[in-house]
Amino acid sequence: MISLTIDGREIQVPRGTTLLTACRQAGADIPTLCYDPDLRLAGSCRMCVVEVKGRRNLVAGCVTPAENNMVVETESPDVVESRKIILELLLARHKLTCHTCESDGSCKLQDYCYRYGVTDSRFTGEFHDGPHFSKEDANPFIKRDYDKCIMCTRCVRACEEITGAQAINVMNRGHHAKIATIFDGNLEDSPCVFCGQCIMVCPVGALTSKVAAGKGKSYQTEKVLTTCTYCGTGCTLELNVKDDKVVGVTSVRDENWSPVNRGALCVKGRFGWDFINSSDRLTTPLIRENGELRPASWDEALDFTAAKIKEIKGEHGPDSLAMFSSARVTNEENYLAQKLMRAAIGTNNVDHCARL
Amino acid sequence: MTNSINELEADAKCVFLIGTNTTENHPVIGYKIKQNVRKNGAKLVVADPRRIELAEMADVYMKFKPGTDVALINAMMNVIINEELLDKEFITNRTEGFEEMAAVIAQYTPEYAEEITEVPAEDIRKAARLYAEADTASICYAMGITQHSTGTDNVKSVCNLALLTGNLGKPGTGVNPLRGQNNVQGACDMGALPVTYPAYQKVTDSAVREKFEKAWGVSLSPNNGLTLTAAINKAYSKELKGLMVIGENPMVSDPDLKHVEEALDNLELLMVQDIFFTETARKADVVFPGVTFAETDGTFTNTERRVQRVRQAISPRGGTLPDWQILCELSKRLGYPMNYSSPEEIFDEMKTVTPSYAGMTYTRLEGKGLHWPCPNEEHMGTPVLHKEKFNRGLGLFHAIEFKDPAELPDEEYPLILSTGRNLFHYHTGTMTRRSSALNKHVPENEVQINPATAERLNIVNGEKVKVVTRRGNIEVKAKVTDIVNENVIFTYFHFSEAAANMLTNADSLDPVAGIPEYKVCAARVEKI
Repeated sequence: MISLTIDGREIQVPRGTTLLTACRQAGADIPTLCYDPDLRLAGSCRMCVVEVKGRRNLVAGCVTPAENNMVVETESPDVVESRKIILELLLARHKLTCHTCESDGSCKLQDYCYRYGVTDSRFTGEFHDGPHFSKEDANPFIKRDYDKCIMCTRCVRACEEITGAQAINVMNRGHHAKIATIFDGNLEDSPCVFCGQCIMVCPVGALTSKVAAGKGKSYQTEKVLTTCTYCGTGCTLELNVKDDKVVGVTSVRDENWSPVNRGALCVKGRFGWDFINSSDRLTTPLIRENGELRPASWDEALDFTAAKIKEIKGEHGPDSLAMFSSARVTNEENYLAQKLMRAAIGTNNVDHCARL
Repeated sequence: MTNSINELEADAKCVFLIGTNTTENHPVIGYKIKQNVRKNGAKLVVADPRRIELAEMADVYMKFKPGTDVALINAMMNVIINEELLDKEFITNRTEGFEEMAAVIAQYTPEYAEEITEVPAEDIRKAARLYAEADTASICYAMGITQHSTGTDNVKSVCNLALLTGNLGKPGTGVNPLRGQNNVQGACDMGALPVTYPAYQKVTDSAVREKFEKAWGVSLSPNNGLTLTAAINKAYSKELKGLMVIGENPMVSDPDLKHVEEALDNLELLMVQDIFFTETARKADVVFPGVTFAETDGTFTNTERRVQRVRQAISPRGGTLPDWQILCELSKRLGYPMNYSSPEEIFDEMKTVTPSYAGMTYTRLEGKGLHWPCPNEEHMGTPVLHKEKFNRGLGLFHAIEFKDPAELPDEEYPLILSTGRNLFHYHTGTMTRRSSALNKHVPENEVQINPATAERLNIVNGEKVKVVTRRGNIEVKAKVTDIVNENVIFTYFHFSEAAANMLTNADSLDPVAGIPEYKVCAARVEKI
């Protein structure tokens, strides 16, 4: 263990701990944009700079190891000034349309500008008439609005390190740097698998879900943790609910709550949820009468079914009835389904689509 | 799975994938395998008739002829035995039947297998060495192994390979079927199978039956029931009169749809409980509107036997009822009341008759869930099975001879047709085809055809063609690609308007499991 003093408070951390972790452990609220605990360090945004006594320059906390006897200030005038300048530089190429932005309220750039009172940028530079990175992408899943991109590269790293798709990278340098697929094409012509991990890690509104667009901002929705309805992997996802409707899917990365996937999802889990509110949903029982299915009440439909089952059982015995239960419904419902066939009807003719 | 999913990301030094297109069908597991290969240098062996995405990063890729799995695995074992790469200690202490198995394996030299499988003998040797020499090696498979008339033999062969090399009972190893549906593991665990009560307790075992008779207060049938495929056949022959279908769509998912349709038309009662007016619901006498996973509480059990919570997010849509309530209402009207106030109450009853779930409660499942078996409330669950011993004691080797698939290509139907899934769709498409973005991205079916085959038939990429088998035909867009060999074509089964199962064979079932041979039937492609 080593000891250091952070904002006047002495703490002990294991050797090899970064300054960022040490500062947070000491209770300091350090802003970060490019830092992501699940991804390779980039050390590029410099938002996490802190002042270390005796060092000539401010250091980026995320990539600087804590050392014994360090004395650290996390909100000194120099630190605050530096962060303000960084925010101004970022705003210089950021389209400020917060009022219509999907990430309004969950945007780190917005939060930090608010925190440090940064309203505008002195550095519009060659983008005096606004940034020019907007990318029309025909895919139905991911909206890429690079006029809001802050070049933190978390999307690039998530694409490579979580999904392994390696679909995007940084193209060009300096003012012209941007995130692009190979030859700056569309995502559908790249190795992109539309998992949306890039949306998950994007700290601003540069990458958002087209399926959830316009349906509710993050702070307007309740998040309900549940298990995905598609394949057998059992990923945990969060249904975003507004006005008793599912309006989006997000994920949590804490392995204590998302043990299988730690926030990673696939295209079906992240974007394949709007069937829930489909106008095609069956909403009333149906009974066949004169060859046509017609709406019926629950009592009528249940009585009809029960009477028919009893009639068949009476005439042909219980083994003339069978049930296909479902790999889609819950354990509780499968338990009841087989119990109904075995105990209420008296046959073991119950199976489901495990073989298909 | 004998082991858990996250072991594939860290613990497995070698991953052998056979008959699983993991990045499309279990994408998140696919990510983990990729990271293990890229970050930790894990070895990757892929065997699949199609050059799937993971084949591109494999150390050895074996593009084998569909239906020749047993020959391929036997040849790998032949190499392992002949090169003494086997785990003698494990075989001695934990297995039986080795000699009988080895006697059969002796003839399956890589050269012999090359003739059957079309895989170069040297690749089989390399694959066998990578798998056997790794400290920990995991086998993953999916329906590519099981959906054959020899599905049970294929699974046994996979088990042989793991037993031979001691790759069971420790992290990073195992025989790991990747199951394709959210709760297919749970449905099996819960006894939605014609031969077992919950937790695989046999319906033919009188002691077990007595236990359930006592718990449920009725006398129970001692006879094994009908499998899904057998039930359809019995409906076809009019011996089965009534069928209740919950959240399934046999009119798209089952083999030989013409046969399925005639079978369903013969029924006196077809009840369908679903969230949409599916192809099967259209044929029903009565339809019950159920709910989606967002509208109910409960649990799902994933492919690694982890039981996890499902939480209600919104109220049931329109006039729908949660499926458990529909079942309770129906049971009451059949004179057997099942009264529960919540899914949790059902779970609490279920676990009293399900030893592998006995230690679970909703409270304990919060957060990370629990892997069964979890026999009591102090037990932390079992991510890795078979650590000390197997269920039967010793692991049993099976001597398995290669058998041809049931329907082989001939002059009239010269190609092998395989069916499967696409990344952007799920099963019969009931949900994904009503998910706007997914269906916009992949709106229609395709048949994958090798360029040489396409050229011979004068077919260009994107052209509508007719795929014909002895059961029927579909019109579908041609995707000309060399990921399939010249003698193989592949199509998806999600699309009812160009339904793969119009083509598949309901007669060629695995004799033990009753699974249809979706991975092999004889077909031809016609220019329209």
